[in-house]
Amino acid sequence: MRRTRKGDRILLQGSEACVRGALVAGCRFYAGYPITPATEIMEQMSWQLPKMGGIFIQMEDEIASLGAVIGASLAGLKSMTATSGPGFSLMQEHIGFASMAEVPCVVVDVMRGGPSTGLPTLPSQGDVMQARWGAHGDHPVIVLCPSSAYEFFDLTVKAFNLSERYRVPVILLADEVTAHTRESVVLPPSDEIVVEDRRRPNVPAEWYTPYDGGQTGVPPMPAFGEGYRYHVTGLAHDIRGYPTTRSDEVGTLIDRLFSKISRDFHLLQWFDSYRTEDSLVTIIAYGSVARSALHAVKEAREKGLKVGLVKLEVLWPFMRHTVMGFLQSSSKVLVPEMNMGQLSREVKRVNQGKCEIVTLNKVDGTMISPKEIVKSLEDIYP
Amino acid sequence: MKEREHLIHKYLRSSKRFPHIWCPGCGIGILLGALIRAIDGGGYGKDDIVLISGIGCSGRLPTYVDFNTLHTTHGRALTFATGIKLGNPSLKVIAVMGDGDATAIGGNHFIHAARRNVGITSLVINNQIYGMTGGQFSPTTPFRLKTSSSPYGNLEAPFDICGLAKEAGAAFVARSTVYHARLLEEVIGMAIRKEGFSVVEVVSHCTTYLGREIGLKSPVEMMKWQRDNAVRVEKAKDLGEEELGQKIVIGVLEDRKVPAYHEMYEELTAKCRLEDNAL
Repeated sequence: MRRTRKGDRILLQGSEACVRGALVAGCRFYAGYPITPATEIMEQMSWQLPKMGGIFIQMEDEIASLGAVIGASLAGLKSMTATSGPGFSLMQEHIGFASMAEVPCVVVDVMRGGPSTGLPTLPSQGDVMQARWGAHGDHPVIVLCPSSAYEFFDLTVKAFNLSERYRVPVILLADEVTAHTRESVVLPPSDEIVVEDRRRPNVPAEWYTPYDGGQTGVPPMPAFGEGYRYHVTGLAHDIRGYPTTRSDEVGTLIDRLFSKISRDFHLLQWFDSYRTEDSLVTIIAYGSVARSALHAVKEAREKGLKVGLVKLEVLWPFMRHTVMGFLQSSSKVLVPEMNMGQLSREVKRVNQGKCEIVTLNKVDGTMISPKEIVKSLEDIYP
Repeated sequence: MKEREHLIHKYLRSSKRFPHIWCPGCGIGILLGALIRAIDGGGYGKDDIVLISGIGCSGRLPTYVDFNTLHTTHGRALTFATGIKLGNPSLKVIAVMGDGDATAIGGNHFIHAARRNVGITSLVINNQIYGMTGGQFSPTTPFRLKTSSSPYGNLEAPFDICGLAKEAGAAFVARSTVYHARLLEEVIGMAIRKEGFSVVEVVSHCTTYLGREIGLKSPVEMMKWQRDNAVRVEKAKDLGEEELGQKIVIGVLEDRKVPAYHEMYEELTAKCRLEDNAL
């Protein structure tokens, strides 16, 4: 799991790494509303964006923030916002809109304890299901989850790339520990960073069909004002973008919204594994918990236990095939999470009796420590 | 008349499946006509206009016309508009909203857009009722009026949309009825030209759901009511407070010179870049 790269070693907070990643990826619009523990991202953006000719605006609430982000994206700018639980709940309306109207945008949710105002300053992983299913109706989203400052940088760049490539809202699900921890990071040189931009139409305006997915399922997207005058709506629409209730047109649209991502599932299997070659008990973890889990695995190995770790970087779409491989090779799987058991439900869903799934849940506002995971490993070790 | 027909055809989308969704006699069509004439008269290109709406009967307006068009969520049109205007300040951004859209679910966005003064033209079509959902009372429904969700009479006081916009800091505020179509065209033209946040309240009628509650059975009767109850702002000064209370004051109610947000932001980025380069 160690990454060695050329470059300068710098001390970065997770939030700062996220901002650096966004700016490298080409983000030039940020709209947000202050909320703990995500405020640092907004403050950094308010400082950096004007210097780069980008736009920062503090809106009246989170609904407005994501509305402005979607507007700016339609105007051609790569755009993002950042928030935490209560604000993330408010943003669901526009996450649904961005999914339906296929407007690229990046939403960072620095998870804190919930429900409601909950524990503003303390870590949690309570929004895993909200990130997937928070907006009403079946809708496509991609959810990435960093566990360190370096990954926050890296996954923010990738979040923009995926959002531009598939024209979907991409959610970065960080937790308070990942966002606030300062650690030494070696960022890759900028010429090594891959940046993708949305595909633009290459046909004359009168030939342009705004919601025709073509071969890839993702229609090319012009900016407002470029001469391709088209209609954008949150209503179910036909390939020209106009509202429709015809079942053949609606069915085709929703199918395409899903299949444009599902056809590329194999490209979204981002994970890291450690000592899983012979592990009898494998931990599946994400976010800051994966770091406690890494320590725990090292400690348990010293005690002679054959244990390993799989750290997921993509939470949704869920990496069914990857996870299934580890379920088949292990006799038990431990899923430690700072929630009542959200991702473990997914693991259980794909398990289908292959091995025993054990959960370790914590919702009291404290991190899951390596010691707790070691104890759990010892308790369940066959 | 022939010339007018010609003008609307220049802007209607030939690819859009008609008919439109509005009831016969609806005022939204008159607003759309006035808007088209104001845009055409202003000499703007179709590519330069972004027409945005929220949800409700007015929400469908952008669908039919050949601009960059965006049908957003309920009450949030101005938030999308803010992003678009800041993202590309050279675009003329026009948001069309209903009374429930702009002042109930979108009330907070409306206040802050006015206060922030980003260059957006807001057209609030006020028919004093939620039409699309079947005639429930809105924030502008008259006190004590029976509606489908206030069967014993509305206990809430109505909003003065223009007063709200003015106090919140809008740079330009005007009101017209759809009966006064020429005035409507004129004030919309002024609102689009204004660099800051501009509001035009368009007093309209809902024949289907409001008319039956107030005893006005046809669009013609409702528009005659607009004619008989409107008073030009220039003449309103001469009326007593009590008399004025019953009237709809039409015309330009506010036109102030305040720096627009997007202009100040451009100055700010220029300054930041200069300072950054100097370091």
